[in-house]
Amino acid sequence: MSSVDFKVEIGGLKLRSPILLASGTVGYGHEIAEFINMNSLGGIVTKSISLKPRKGNPPQRIVETPAGMLNAIGLANVGVEEFIKEKIPFLKKYDVPVICNIAASSVEEYVECTRLLDYEESIKAFEINVSCPNVKEGGLQFGNDLKSVGIVTNKVRAVTKKPLIIKLSPNVSNISDFAQIVKDEGGDAVSAINTLVGTAFNIFTRKPKIKNVNGGLSGPAIKPIALAKVFEIKRKVEIPIIGIGGIMDWKDVVEFMIAGASAIQLGTVNFINPIAADQIKKDLEEYCVSNKIQKISELTGSYILE
Amino acid sequence: MKIVHSPVKQIIELENHIFLLKIHSPEIANSIKPGQFLNIKVSDNIYPLLRRPFSVCDVEGENIFLMFNIFGEGTKILAHKKIGDDVDILGPLGNGFNFEDDFDTAIIVAGGLGVAPFPFLNRYLKDKEIYSFIGGRSSKDVITYKIINPEISTDDGSLGFRGTVVELLAQNLHRINNRKVKIFACGPNAMLRALRELCLEKNLLCEASTECAMACGFGICQGCPIESSNNPDKYLLVCKDGPVFNISEVII
Ligand SMILES: Cc1cc2nc3c(=O)[nH]c(=O)nc-3n(C[C@H](O)[C@H](O)[C@H](O)COP(=O)(O)O)c2cc1C
Ligand code: FES
Repeated sequence: MSSVDFKVEIGGLKLRSPILLASGTVGYGHEIAEFINMNSLGGIVTKSISLKPRKGNPPQRIVETPAGMLNAIGLANVGVEEFIKEKIPFLKKYDVPVICNIAASSVEEYVECTRLLDYEESIKAFEINVSCPNVKEGGLQFGNDLKSVGIVTNKVRAVTKKPLIIKLSPNVSNISDFAQIVKDEGGDAVSAINTLVGTAFNIFTRKPKIKNVNGGLSGPAIKPIALAKVFEIKRKVEIPIIGIGGIMDWKDVVEFMIAGASAIQLGTVNFINPIAADQIKKDLEEYCVSNKIQKISELTGSYILE
Repeated sequence: MKIVHSPVKQIIELENHIFLLKIHSPEIANSIKPGQFLNIKVSDNIYPLLRRPFSVCDVEGENIFLMFNIFGEGTKILAHKKIGDDVDILGPLGNGFNFEDDFDTAIIVAGGLGVAPFPFLNRYLKDKEIYSFIGGRSSKDVITYKIINPEISTDDGSLGFRGTVVELLAQNLHRINNRKVKIFACGPNAMLRALRELCLEKNLLCEASTECAMACGFGICQGCPIESSNNPDKYLLVCKDGPVFNISEVII
């Protein structure tokens, strides 16, 4: 047993560790379970689930960029029904809190998905992915529109008592306005950030490298942006924050927590180093011991501005 | 599937910027099957960030061999490894070739670097008759390292048959009449597409190793879809369901 207290609390969600695995970067846990100890994770966030299965975008879906990657997976997922039948029973074999991430193309779909999944005991919280096109509003992303984020939060809140986390898009000018509306409409916490919109061209064919043209940028390239977003929310809104974006090692985790995160999620790093979650936990323990930090939660928002 | 750090034993330059890297890796050598692949982190920093997929070219005892050219960022770094340097390997990954079904004649069809997995596969085809059809754009793109009975084609006619390797194969099919044939293929998508048509038309059994941009290599990122002929509502994943497929089961 470690002498450091790793417990954290995020808007009513009590976790044994601040290290979570990010949506879309570990599927539903099957493959990553071969590499890490699921029973010591803070939690696993599922690939975004939509009401019906989604095929996703045609290839090419990913391309590497300097210190990062672009992806346009297109929310490929098995849908609510198969998720309940096939994926939840697998996750139940482990002692790991499951945070169910939901994607939708209408407010009604967000509500319906949450309602159907709310009965599942192993789902400890919902994370709502608002970086999805709102089909009824001409494809504008929910996450880029304050009013839509408010409505989604309010309507989903009405159908679940479980902790409700809204995953914010960084592609906005003032992310703290979005965090404020989540709080006002009854959300318990925010995750920040989702990927940044980016693209890349092949200079010989002059075509976009990704079939969908635009993709979401992730990896170390986005870390300074993610930190600034977490910090902005921390300073302006009183709401727990889960920090995400380019975390590769324990130092990045400490940095996110200092900037204001109560917990963090590991994304792209899982592709490169599937044992990262376990390594980071061990390294964090050493950091805490040698810096006389008894509770890791002390780090949250502990920045010093001269 | 595991992560191992294995030392470089030798770097061999074949010709025309084609390299073989010999790595001492008992863990991989003892578990890998022909057609499976490895996802390799070529640097220990974030440039390049992602692992790179490589098929295993051959296995000798506890050593594995990788074949690559130096036109990519990642492979350039690999080519500069020194003897004794560690290589960070994730593998074995994916499904390899099935060489246990009922056939007496194996036909290898490869384009360019697509020859890479066949020296290893050939070791498992000892009791079969083997014909190989190897293509390239021009003579300098043709690689025949440890290929058995190669017949060559080049697009520009600078070596062997002038035309594509699938055209060359089609011309030679009469030679293998009345035999139980299985084709093993690897190469660019255009080649695999033409080969798929030929195989469907002539009702030939064929397994092809496919390629796709990858991030994780083991099924967690969904970055590597390939269209399935059986289920239009769902993509297969090259890294996990493949990279080797029965060529009739995928749309390339
Ligand atoms: C391949 C890939 C797929 C993703 N899929 C989802 C998804 O389905 N839902 C979601 O909310 N976020 C998704 N994300 C975003 C990540 O959860 C995370 O917010 C982002 O990648 C930034 O973190 P990172 O830099 O550590 O990867 C995805 C990211 C990647 C790279
Ligand atoms: S490369 Fe990640 S799922 Fe295939």
